[in-house]
Amino acid sequence: MPYDYRPFEYTAPAGLTAPEPRHKVVIVGAGPIGVAMALELANHGIPSVVLDDNNVVSVGSRAICWSKRSLEILDRLGVGDKSVEKGVTWKVGRTFHRDTEVFNFDLLPEAGHKMPAFVNLQQYYVEEYLVEAALANEMIDLRFKNKVVTVHQDADEARVDIETPDGIYSLTCDYLIACDGARSPVRHMMGLDFDGELFEERFLIADIEMTADTPSERWFWFEPTFHPGQSALLHKQPDNIYRIDLQLGWDTDPEEEKQPEKVIPRIEKVVGHSDFRLDWVSVYTFQCRRLKNFVHDRVLFVGDSAHVVSPFGARGGNGGLQDVDNLGWKLAAVLEGRADRDLLATYDTERTYGSDENIMNSTRSTRFMTPADGAERLFRDQVLALASKAPFARSWVNSGRLSVPCVYPANGPDAPSLPKGTRPGAVAADAPLDNGWLLGALGGKVTVLALGCDAPQVDGAEVLSVPLTDTIRARYLGEASQAVYLIRPDQVVAARWLSPDADAISREIETMWKGK
Amino acid sequence: MMALIDTPNLADHDAFYEELLAAHKGLTEAESHALNAQLVLILANHIGDRKVLTEALALAKR
Ligand SMILES: Cc1cc2nc3c(=O)[nH]c(=O)nc-3n(C[C@H](O)[C@H](O)[C@H](O)COP(=O)(O)OP(=O)(O)OC[C@H]3O[C@@H](n4cnc5c(N)ncnc54)[C@H](O)[C@@H]3O)c2cc1C
Repeated sequence: MPYDYRPFEYTAPAGLTAPEPRHKVVIVGAGPIGVAMALELANHGIPSVVLDDNNVVSVGSRAICWSKRSLEILDRLGVGDKSVEKGVTWKVGRTFHRDTEVFNFDLLPEAGHKMPAFVNLQQYYVEEYLVEAALANEMIDLRFKNKVVTVHQDADEARVDIETPDGIYSLTCDYLIACDGARSPVRHMMGLDFDGELFEERFLIADIEMTADTPSERWFWFEPTFHPGQSALLHKQPDNIYRIDLQLGWDTDPEEEKQPEKVIPRIEKVVGHSDFRLDWVSVYTFQCRRLKNFVHDRVLFVGDSAHVVSPFGARGGNGGLQDVDNLGWKLAAVLEGRADRDLLATYDTERTYGSDENIMNSTRSTRFMTPADGAERLFRDQVLALASKAPFARSWVNSGRLSVPCVYPANGPDAPSLPKGTRPGAVAADAPLDNGWLLGALGGKVTVLALGCDAPQVDGAEVLSVPLTDTIRARYLGEASQAVYLIRPDQVVAARWLSPDADAISREIETMWKGK
Repeated sequence: MMALIDTPNLADHDAFYEELLAAHKGLTEAESHALNAQLVLILANHIGDRKVLTEALALAKR
């Protein structure tokens, strides 16, 4: 059954009749990132207005692959369980060269995490769940058919002019968050531009509905005989929808390639029959580019407005949700006067760093899949040739390195004998507790996690003591018998020590709020 | 300190050189390129040391 695009209701905004008081935060764009941003701010007690020029969720399934970290973030926003329940949890990927399988991988979900490594779920479902949660949240004022047409800022505030079906009005705010997507009108209005690489390659992306007992696996082909010389991908989504990506070559005509009479025969060759319904088709050119800076005084860029990547590796939406995770607590603290504006500069440094890692990985995958003639193609082809005869080369085959959160460069105190996976800068690893999960217990507040010892009381942090299970030991202690972790509101480890010292912990909490 | 050995290190290198040429004998230019590319990849994996490889690339490009 095709997805039912129900329009969201438009109501004439108050600002059309009388000026509205200044808002704390105005978010431009109710895509997945804008709405997640509003929910995250609401979790931190900050109300916001969200403006979107449209009144339906993303038409066509763009993002399908949501990473474990995204699911953990969505869980904090109240839509994680729903997304996992609806989504297809997959873990096996198979890679073919010509028509033989060269290798397969198993994401081998490590036990002891609430969320799976990945689920496949159409972007329109994720958006639907987020919008539902936002509409039910009193802190969020979601306004559809509100199109931002101009942006201004001065030292004290940002101002936007907004077009609605009933006319134009203005809003002022302390901070404007641009979540208006890859083509970001806000970015253009501010005269800012992306730096980076555009790939001279076109991909046909199609979703089809078919009943087949294909396993929930990711299948990727290099140069299959059904699509000579190019690459192809087949991936399962809920509702019997399958995603198909076909590399087309640069000199194809995108308009022509989108026509059903061109698309259907291509897909018949992939799936081997014609018993399917075409749900959605588009032709894309991919880029790996970003804004130089994500913070421009009172205007903050989050999600695709700040950075775009090719979808191989699923780092677009997943990267955007990590922006949200990083910015929410910082902006809330600045707005409430608990932190200085300097803290926002760390959103810029940390997320440009994360974005560079995503761009690097996506660029490498795209280059492997679409090598330029000459040495690039030579080595790509020879890696594939080697993969069928030497195990080492299988891991060199790159059809997308799946999204994992970056480890931020951190200079907080560390006890290097503790496990590497939970070092400062890394997201705290989940673990089961008697009555739930560690990440759930951490929530979104500053926490002193005491393991195997009593933590001293310090101002500005909650103490969490959990029993030392095998999983907790493996992820947080290693050989040590005790440790104390200071964990930021975005669940990133700020510092850790082998033994508790109230002064040291207090110093680090202060440093954290100063954005040092 | 260089990690890469750029002083004599391979016994019987004349014989290896001969073996290398023999492996390419009768190949087209494209096949030769393919063989060389595979060799680079196999040896890189065997060396297993990123620093050595970076220095080797730099030496070759100099
Ligand atoms: C084919 C494809 C496959 C992908 N696969 C994946 C994947 O598997 N995993 C993944 O994580 N990511 C994937 N992505 C990337 C993902 O779709 C994007 O990263 C994600 O949509 C970004 O969300 P966003 O909210 O920043 O922007 P968008 O989703 O683009 O939302 C922007 C919103 O702003 C609104 N807007 C624009 N201008 C204005 C204005 N002037 N005033 C008011 N509102 C405005 C728009 O209507 C829209 O609702 C894929 C993308 C593509 C194209």
